[in-house]
Order: sequence, then C-alpha cells, then structure tokens
Amino acid sequence: MISIFGVPGPLLFGQLSLGLINGAFYALLSLGLAVIFGMLNIINFAHGALFMLGAFAAWMMLTPNTWLGMISPGLSVPDWLAIGYWPALIVAPLLVGAFGLLLERTVIRRLYKLDHLYGLLLTFGMALIIEGLARNAFGSSGMPYRIPQALSGPVDLGFMFMPKYRLWVVVAAAGMCLLTWFVIERTQLGARLRAATENPDLVQAFGVNVPRMISLTYAGGVALAAFAGVLAAPIYSVNPNMGSNFIITVFAVVVIGGMGSILGSIVTGFGLGIVEGLTKVFYPQASATVIFVVMVIVLLARPAGLFGKAA
Amino acid sequence: MGVTTVLPRTTAARPFSVFGFSSAQAVAFLLLLAAIVLAPFGIYPVFLMKVLCFALFACAFNLLIGFVGLLSFGHAAYFGMGSYVTAWTAKTWGLTPEIAILLGGLTGGLLGCVFGALAIRRQGLYFAMITLALAQMNYFFCLQAPFTGGEDGIQQVPRGNLFGLISLRSDMAMYVVVAVVFLVFFLLIHRVVHSPFGQVLKAIRENEPRATSLGYRTDDYKLIAFVLSTFIAGIAGGTKALVFGIATLTDVNYAMSGEVVLMNLLGGMGTIFGPVIGAGIIQWTENALAGAGAWVTVTQGVIFVACVLMFRRGVVGEIAALIKRPL
Repeated sequence: MISIFGVPGPLLFGQLSLGLINGAFYALLSLGLAVIFGMLNIINFAHGALFMLGAFAAWMMLTPNTWLGMISPGLSVPDWLAIGYWPALIVAPLLVGAFGLLLERTVIRRLYKLDHLYGLLLTFGMALIIEGLARNAFGSSGMPYRIPQALSGPVDLGFMFMPKYRLWVVVAAAGMCLLTWFVIERTQLGARLRAATENPDLVQAFGVNVPRMISLTYAGGVALAAFAGVLAAPIYSVNPNMGSNFIITVFAVVVIGGMGSILGSIVTGFGLGIVEGLTKVFYPQASATVIFVVMVIVLLARPAGLFGKAA
Repeated sequence: MGVTTVLPRTTAARPFSVFGFSSAQAVAFLLLLAAIVLAPFGIYPVFLMKVLCFALFACAFNLLIGFVGLLSFGHAAYFGMGSYVTAWTAKTWGLTPEIAILLGGLTGGLLGCVFGALAIRRQGLYFAMITLALAQMNYFFCLQAPFTGGEDGIQQVPRGNLFGLISLRSDMAMYVVVAVVFLVFFLLIHRVVHSPFGQVLKAIRENEPRATSLGYRTDDYKLIAFVLSTFIAGIAGGTKALVFGIATLTDVNYAMSGEVVLMNLLGGMGTIFGPVIGAGIIQWTENALAGAGAWVTVTQGVIFVACVLMFRRGVVGEIAALIKRPL
C-alpha cells in the first residue's frame, strides 16, 4: 500500500476527493457571488438559500409523488412528472434563476440607490424567509436523494478507486466554472457586462439595456447556485439548512480570494476545498475552522485578498 | 460607508441638556425608567429580564452601526462567549454573579479586540463578511471545545449571591440586578456617544478620509469602539446566562447575530432608544410565536425585508422624524 507522510494512500486520496468536491461547491457559489457583486454591488446573502432551493427542486423532480402526496393525499401522480436527475440539472437552475429574476425585478431593484449594506440586510431577510418556509414545508431532517444509475459505483483511476459521482461533480463544476469564465471574458455579452460593471451610465448611453443586464446577471448568478444545489443533492441530504451552513464559509472564501477576478474565485474555491480535505487527514479537529484560519492569515498578510485589488 | 443618517441635524446650541439628553430624550428616558420600575408588577419578570438583556446587547451593537457606521454581522460571538464564560465561572469556580458577569464582559472585549483588529483591515461589505466568518469560526470552536458542553451547553448555572451577600434566587431580586446593569451600560453608551470621543466616531461615520486628514487615527478609534461594544455585548450575554441558568450554542450562532441586527433595524439604527424598542418588539413576537416553529424565522425575515424596503428609519427613527427631534 502506498503511504504518504505516514498516511495511507487511500485515506489521503479519499479525503482529497471529498475536499475537491467541497471546493467545487465553494468555487461555484463564490463565482456566483462575485458575478452578482460586480454588477449589483450587493452581497447576496440569499445565495445559500437559493442553493438549497436548487437541491429541493431536483428532489421534487425526482420523487414528485412524495411531496404532491403531502399536499393532497391520494392524488395519482403521472410517471412523466418524475423527470429524474439529468433534466433536473438543467430545469432546476432555470426555475430558480427565474425566481431570482422575479426577486431582482420586484425587490432588490429598489435598493440600488441606497447604501450597499442594505442589500446585505435585505438578502439576509430573504434567506430567512426561504429557509423558514422550507423548514415548515419539509421539516428539518434531510430527504435522501439516490445517485443516478449511470453515476453509481466506483471508477478506477489507477492509483485509487473514486466513486463515479464524486468525479462527475468535480468535472461538472469545473466545466461550469470555465463556461462562466468564457462567457464573461471572451464573448461580446461578457464584454458589455464588464463594461457595465465599470461604468453603467456610459454603457447605457451606447444603447445597451443595462437594467435588463443587471436582472439577467442576478438570475445567472442564482442559477449557478441552483446548479451547485442539484449537484449537491445526492451527496448531502437535501435539507432546509444545507445552504446556510455553506454560505458563511463561502463568504470567507470570497474574503480570501477577493472578488475582483473570475479565475481567482475558481482557483480559491477549489484550493480551499483541497486545504480542508488535507486538514481532515492530518488534524481533523481543525477541519471545520481551517478556512477561517486561512482567512485570518490572508487578512494579516494581504488584506485585499489573494486576487483582489486594494480597496 | 455607513448607514445614512436619518436624524435631523440640529446645528443650533441646545438650550436644555441633562447628562447629554435633550428635552425630548430626557422625557423618553424618564418613560423608559418608569417602564422598567413598573413593568415587573404587571409582566412576568423573567421575560422582562430577557428583554433587558437583549436590549443591552442591541444597544452595544448600535454603538457600532449607528455611531461609527460599522456593520458587524458576528456580534453573537461576543454575546455568546460572554454567556459561556459567566456560566462556566459561576458554576465551576462558584464566583459571585457580579464577578462572573464582569469576566463575561472582559471575554467579549478580549475576543472583540482580536476579531476587531482583523476586521477593520477591510471596509464596508467586507467588514460585515469578515466579522460573520470570524463569528462562525468561534461557533465551530464552541461546538468542539470541552468547556462549553457541546450540544447540551452549560446547564443549571446558579445565580449565586450578589457580592456574596444577597441571594438572587428570587426573580425580583435578579430583576433589580439586571435593571441596574442595563441602566448603567445604557447610560455609559449614551455618555460615550456624546463625548468628544463620540464626536470623532460620528466624523468617521460621515466621512472617514476627512477624519483621517484632520489627524485622527481612524483605525484606533474604530477598534476602541469595537472593543467597547463587544465588552458590553459580553456583559449582556453573561447577564442572560445567569437569568436563565443556561448557556448554549444558540447564543453564538449566526442566527443570533442576525437577530441583533434586526432589533436595531426595526427599532431605529443610530437612535438612542431604538435598540431597546426593537429588542422589546422582537422578543415579544418570539414569545407570541413560540409554538409555531419555523414561522418565527419567516416572520423575522419578513420584518427584515419590510424594514429595508420601506421603513429604514425604524420605529423610534420615525417618531423622531415626526416630532422633529432626535431620540
């Protein structure tokens, strides 16, 4: 058996792969936060709640008879409603994104003239409402979500066996991050978006509909959170508190990386996931706090964040 | 940065002033005093003590958000650690209540000194996120540390004898202590805010670069205000631990940090009496909805959204605007 620093290889690689998965979620969520912050100047505290909504949407699409039965017992549910994992991966982010669009159009829009702190307070309130309602509807305990058939079982990577689903999460999240990066940095839409971040008035003067762009940016960031939620559903049990546990850690990730750079968010997210995984191997007591400790160190050494410009 | 000031500025010299209170504030303070004296004869004292503890916590928070413009989203850390240390020292070492509470406050202040020094390295939204993340780190620490009792918390904490002499077992005796603690620190905050030091804090809130250019080390002022606020938050937490005889993870959780923000938002940030009114209303709704489970969370969320969208001055801020006098 391979042993690295006195730690058996399978344990090390197992925790590393778990760390990578957490890192994938950190990357997707902090990316969404950064994109929204760039356009709206708002820290979206509801991001965790919307991540949770994505997971619940996926769960509803997997087993519609369970929750429709809760609403009206004895209802016969047609089989086609249970669309399963793969369509949910697309439909859930679209639905939650549409919900985000609605939130931006009706509520968040009213805050742009105010101090940015009000945005944080407002989205915190929205998170409380969404999570409270979810707890009322589904209880605090988790709903199981089985791994789709095609992704169950392990895959042999040569040096270790990795559950197929974990590999899929890392690949899918990295793919989605790169896609987002590509759209923002390499397309015309992204160029307009970046220009509007710098100077919305000027971009508007060129005939670009900036308010619509802001709405769509919020919807897009939210859809990223929901996509992460669907990916997370089979790994963590689907429960109303899954988002709030994540979001505060993601805030620390954002502080560490700085919100200035898209690629920076992605790298920081994955990197911190790996750091967390390694801590679980070498000093498990600190695994819950290690990201915050890293944040403290970064604040002391480089207050603007690893990829941030000085504020 | 900072929350826009909602109070009308009075530039003219005030004709009437007692202990820094204007006439309207003096009337409001007398009303508050009368309410504190009379309320225990009509309302369950334990509930009143809870309200007073949270009111003090909210006032400590207001010192930062209202007068320095710093949004600390992790004040539960100092409140909760104060509560843990008071409970632990009172139970394990058998310290008298006044010393236990003081130690709780010192713990809050010490923690605030460390966390504050880190957080003021960034500004605005980052400051809020950093304080929140540090509080979450503290939460995980409390979850694992042996002295906090983990999920069970520290239970059956004795109220003990004040100065080793007066038993606080009866609710009325405890109420007097809580009321005195509240009033002392309420007046202290008021005094600080209206001192030359407080004027500098307000200058930082309004325009930090200008305060710097006038020669003030703004970071030092912010840190001192932060430590003072966290010290008082620790006192409030310690007092609450003795009232209920219990210190748990609820007090260090992020939800508690959100609650104290809500009390200030609802009551009126930057007013002197707003946090007290906000704490009263929030505690009352929690009491009324106690059996309704997660509806408490939903209600708090709705109040948050409603306040931010159309009621940013808060209850006391609206009254102050109505009578055109700062409260």
